[in-house]
Amino acid sequence: MRILIVEDDSEAAGYLVKAFREAGHVADHVSDGLEGLARARGETYDVLIVDRMLPKLDGLALIGSLRAENHLTPVLILSALGQVDDRVKGLRAGGDDYLAKPYAFSELLARAEALARRSRSGPGEETIYRVNGLELDRLAHKLTRDGKEIPLQPREFRLLEYLMKHAGQVVTRTMLLENVWDYHFDPQTNVIDVHISRLRAKIDKGFDPPLLHTIRGAGYMIRNGPR
Amino acid sequence: MALGKLFRTTVFKISLAYLAISAIGAGLVFSSVGLSMNHLIGDQIAQTIETDLTGLSEQYAQGGIRRLVNVIQRRTRRPGAGLYLVTTPAGEPIAGNIASLPPGVLAYNGLVETPYHAAGDPRTARRALARIFVLAGGFHLLVGQDLEEGEKLRQILGRALLVSLIWLVMVGTIGGLWVSQRVLNRVDSINANARAIVAGDLSGRLQVAGTGDELDRLVQNFNAMLDRIYGLMIGLKEVSDNIAHDLKTPLTRLRAGIEQALRTAATPEAYREALVKALEESDRLIQIFNALLSIARAEAGAGGEGMSDFDAGAVARDVGDLYEPVADEAGIALAVDAEPGLYVHGSRELVGQAIANLVDNALKYGSENLARQSRDQESPPRVELSARRNGANVELIVADHGPGIPEEDRTRVLDRFVRLENARSRPGSGLGLSVAAAVARLHDGSLRIEDNRPGLRAVVSLRALPPGQKPAISFLPKQPERAA
Repeated sequence: MRILIVEDDSEAAGYLVKAFREAGHVADHVSDGLEGLARARGETYDVLIVDRMLPKLDGLALIGSLRAENHLTPVLILSALGQVDDRVKGLRAGGDDYLAKPYAFSELLARAEALARRSRSGPGEETIYRVNGLELDRLAHKLTRDGKEIPLQPREFRLLEYLMKHAGQVVTRTMLLENVWDYHFDPQTNVIDVHISRLRAKIDKGFDPPLLHTIRGAGYMIRNGPR
Repeated sequence: MALGKLFRTTVFKISLAYLAISAIGAGLVFSSVGLSMNHLIGDQIAQTIETDLTGLSEQYAQGGIRRLVNVIQRRTRRPGAGLYLVTTPAGEPIAGNIASLPPGVLAYNGLVETPYHAAGDPRTARRALARIFVLAGGFHLLVGQDLEEGEKLRQILGRALLVSLIWLVMVGTIGGLWVSQRVLNRVDSINANARAIVAGDLSGRLQVAGTGDELDRLVQNFNAMLDRIYGLMIGLKEVSDNIAHDLKTPLTRLRAGIEQALRTAATPEAYREALVKALEESDRLIQIFNALLSIARAEAGAGGEGMSDFDAGAVARDVGDLYEPVADEAGIALAVDAEPGLYVHGSRELVGQAIANLVDNALKYGSENLARQSRDQESPPRVELSARRNGANVELIVADHGPGIPEEDRTRVLDRFVRLENARSRPGSGLGLSVAAAVARLHDGSLRIEDNRPGLRAVVSLRALPPGQKPAISFLPKQPERAA
């Protein structure tokens, strides 16, 4: 995927560009808001990663201008301001996701990939998610694996639904907490891990191959077989 | 200098204004009294003249001019007599005590005010009110009263008015100065006090005079403001002290780890291990930092965007749902009991975080001693999370049956970074309870730490929406599903 990073700290941006390249993506970097706006207008990117506080043109103003022109490339806002109201402001301004600094690169990568994929997959939402024999019917609220029905708690269902929607992509713990529970704080205990291991026990136990994988240092992924 | 300041004071200006108003009022009263007096005197003189004239014309009717002249001559000899003059039809004076009159006065028929000269004292010009009557024989009869006395009365009245005005102004000015000086003194002492407090010791307070007047109320409010400022300042100082301590400790560890790795690590694996450790350490730093920021934000009363009406019971259910597997894995029964429709106004996110912290604590500490004891027993240790309405408040309660917190430590644990001895060895920022307390305060609520006999009960009390008020559920933008 092609990524534009608009960030005034060039050292941090340098790390990002390098890390994205290592992950197999193409990343460009510009260091002020006006240049960022020009680049975003002139070229095609899958995701824009925009710092909130930028010289010349503020990050939120940049997003506002793009959205006013009906420019719909997904935007991930990076900000040192991580409080609830800052996040709400960022999303209201037209951002699609919000990540507070400092962050783990794996988190940023997972979120950027999720955004890019979402914009590619088009508006139609599938009603049935399928991963190698695992079939989740969103309308009937039913899960089967190899034709066998697996009963799930409502929360487990939403957890799996989110994971399957992003099948083949890394989903981080905070993404799960945000999208399944709608909370953005950082629980002190590994609560998500325990939810995942329960879910894993239900969908993978007694089946082959395992589908729900732990990606070390990053999060989880539903995918067909080992990498 | 001091007088100049006095003249600029509000109190002085106000007393000056009152003085002017009362002077005008007094002037109006005096002039209306004077005017009535004037009328009264005039009426009385006119009446006297009329009576005199009637009497004299009767004398004339009975005894002719001779008798009239006799009567007049008798009367004019008496002291304090009125003015009389009888003349021939041609105007030649026959009798009376008037030496001269301006010409033409005698031709006037009726009441007239005129200058004249008295018979005994022809040089002094006097004024009189007189009435001229033409008698049957063509003789003119003038009866009058000297106006000097009325004039005197009027002068006395005028002087009295003037004197009282002067007194009024003097007393008013002095009184105003005195009153304003008094008020000014108090304001000055408040100012001096305030300056001293601002310049130095913020713990000082202004003195309340105890009169209960507006200045006292001002001083009380001022003191309340100082309390708040002082509290914030102490809080800030504590924060910086604690940041210094609790951020520097992991920073020192981080730095030492890196230093040691640089010095001793020989293999890529050793470097890798050191880096992983450094990453973990920095993650912990970030966690502490975030918690501190949450507290600071909550205490600064950051509201606005994140605030809405939400169901606190749903938050309790969410958090219970989030922690249930963790509790289960730790062999603890997490029971959630939330009444429906417990709407409050605030930040769902922050309240959720507060409750999560409390549950986290209960699971970490609340089961320790008892957990060991009850392993043998049938029932597992329990942590109860409940939400209920209590009067005008919504209470979110996290209760465990662990060792609890000794009474003397219960307020202390709400302070930042306080970790009781037995908690030192466990992971955590030590900020969980402080975050919860700050969140409660942000919502004008409170966090109470109580004895659960045995165990600990943490109660977050928030103000409920009034039962009649419909919650205004705002739709915070969730992850917008935008597609190109």
